[in-house]
Amino acid sequence: MRNVWIIFRKEMRTYFVSPIAYFLLAMFALVSAFFFGIYLRGFIEYGMETQMTGQTAPMNLNEQVIRPLLSNASVLGLFFIPMITMRLFAEEKRNGTIELLTTSPIRDVEIVLGKWLAALGLYVCMLLFPALNFVFLFKYGNPDWKPVVIGFLGLLLQVGGLLAIGMFISTLTKNQIIAAALTFSLFVALWVISAVSEFNTASWAQAVSYTSIVTHLEPFERGMIDSKDAVFYLSMIFLGLFLSLRSMESLRWRS
Amino acid sequence: MHMIQVHELTKNYARATAVDHISFEVEKGQIVGFLGPNGAGKTTTMRMLTCFLPPTAGTATVAGFDVLEKPMEVKKRIGYLPETPPLYLEMHAEEYLSFVGKLKGLSGAELAKRIDYVCGRCAIADVRKKLLGKLSKGYRQRVGLAQAIIHNPDVLILDEPTAGLDPKQINETRDLIKSLAGDHTIILSTHILSEVEQTCQQVLIINKGKLVATDSVQNLQNRVRGTESLLVEVAGRNGALDSTAVQHRLEQVGGVSRVLLRESRDNRGIFEIESQKGFLRGDLARAVVESGWDLNELRPTAVSLEEIFLQLTGAEATSAATASRGDRA
Repeated sequence: MRNVWIIFRKEMRTYFVSPIAYFLLAMFALVSAFFFGIYLRGFIEYGMETQMTGQTAPMNLNEQVIRPLLSNASVLGLFFIPMITMRLFAEEKRNGTIELLTTSPIRDVEIVLGKWLAALGLYVCMLLFPALNFVFLFKYGNPDWKPVVIGFLGLLLQVGGLLAIGMFISTLTKNQIIAAALTFSLFVALWVISAVSEFNTASWAQAVSYTSIVTHLEPFERGMIDSKDAVFYLSMIFLGLFLSLRSMESLRWRS
Repeated sequence: MHMIQVHELTKNYARATAVDHISFEVEKGQIVGFLGPNGAGKTTTMRMLTCFLPPTAGTATVAGFDVLEKPMEVKKRIGYLPETPPLYLEMHAEEYLSFVGKLKGLSGAELAKRIDYVCGRCAIADVRKKLLGKLSKGYRQRVGLAQAIIHNPDVLILDEPTAGLDPKQINETRDLIKSLAGDHTIILSTHILSEVEQTCQQVLIINKGKLVATDSVQNLQNRVRGTESLLVEVAGRNGALDSTAVQHRLEQVGGVSRVLLRESRDNRGIFEIESQKGFLRGDLARAVVESGWDLNELRPTAVSLEEIFLQLTGAEATSAATASRGDRA
């Protein structure tokens, strides 16, 4: 555990001494604030309209603001996560520091876990900004807090899986740009793959669309923990960590 | 008990054999030079010793621990400086050493003490607060050495520690390495022969993955120096020098087997003398002076490791070829 903590701290430090962390934080804050503004404005206008026409339409902050925002954050993740994971191993390979790590008395699994947790840590910092937006909703409105917590939990699970996969891709190359491009392409493919089942109801199409990384988040956004979807993301995390570990081992056989 | 024991160590890559059944031992506290041309298998051997690469066949033990069976124990006892120092360029020197120290299992007051110690030892105290990315090559190399010794390892493995440094830095680094011997057992690789002559007690010569020679530097020189050769510069006292007369006179000195005129200019001549027995210098000097010439210079031409190396690797290449043909037959 101590070694995981050592790696975690070093990775966190590296993120925050380089501009990358601040760039990601700023971009994520800006984009989520932008969407927050749009959805909130829509919500308020909708409220005023129903009042003026004298109708009593149901108004729900959770359904009309928070849920689309969480859904947005998950899609934004597809763009931001490659930028978080690209350097994890590619940079160490390029600088030769991987030799320092692998010749130190520390196990590969500790290196992999430390790096993954640090990437997750950076993402949690990024999530603080949309969470800050939600604070206003709680102050001036009365949304249900449970779906919000569960929604964030779902996001963390999804992002944990994406980060693990991105980290694995970073072990494959010395070039950070290649790592980022590969990761991004894979994410986009796994995102749009859900469309397969929209026009085809055959079981293979269902199976293919099941591998989409975005659709499994929907129950979480509605405030439900579906074990099927939780297991999907957990197995993605394990797969990514496992592949990273094997790839690290194979580095030694190949290099 | 040998600090490092390597037995029939072999590393095959997909298409080539990088290290081919090499065996050697290193005593505690020694500096061993690992000498060979680029691509001879030096780095691969070192990487196997540091548990970075697993050997294909054979065994290697460091401080009694096998690199395959007890890699954690080996890693605790090894300090390794790869060819390019493994530095995180966005860290300060002190921060970096602290990180490496923690990786190697140090903490608290002990870590702080070791950081102070290695900074003093490697003369990097004045750049402790500087970013590694801003340091000159010489300083980076020293920080690399400092990280290798931070946990006071039994064995130090240094891959081309002086590559890319300027002559002053090379000397400083060599002195530093020499001062580290005794506390640590050191293996350093290089393709610079004079480095081995100056720094190491023992030399391992490797070529195309095979160990060509293992011996002390002294013995290796003697081994090749069957005949001694001397360089003599003679000058005529008044006017021109009759070089044939000088050559004739020198040939008459007992023990001289051959005299060659290397250079002749105005009143000076340079001769190369080959002899079978040593200590001819007195006789030669007397012969020159008594014949009325001036003796400007008289020195033995030292056999450099360069020559030894060329002889050994050249000869080995042919015998290895014969041997491998024999294997197949």
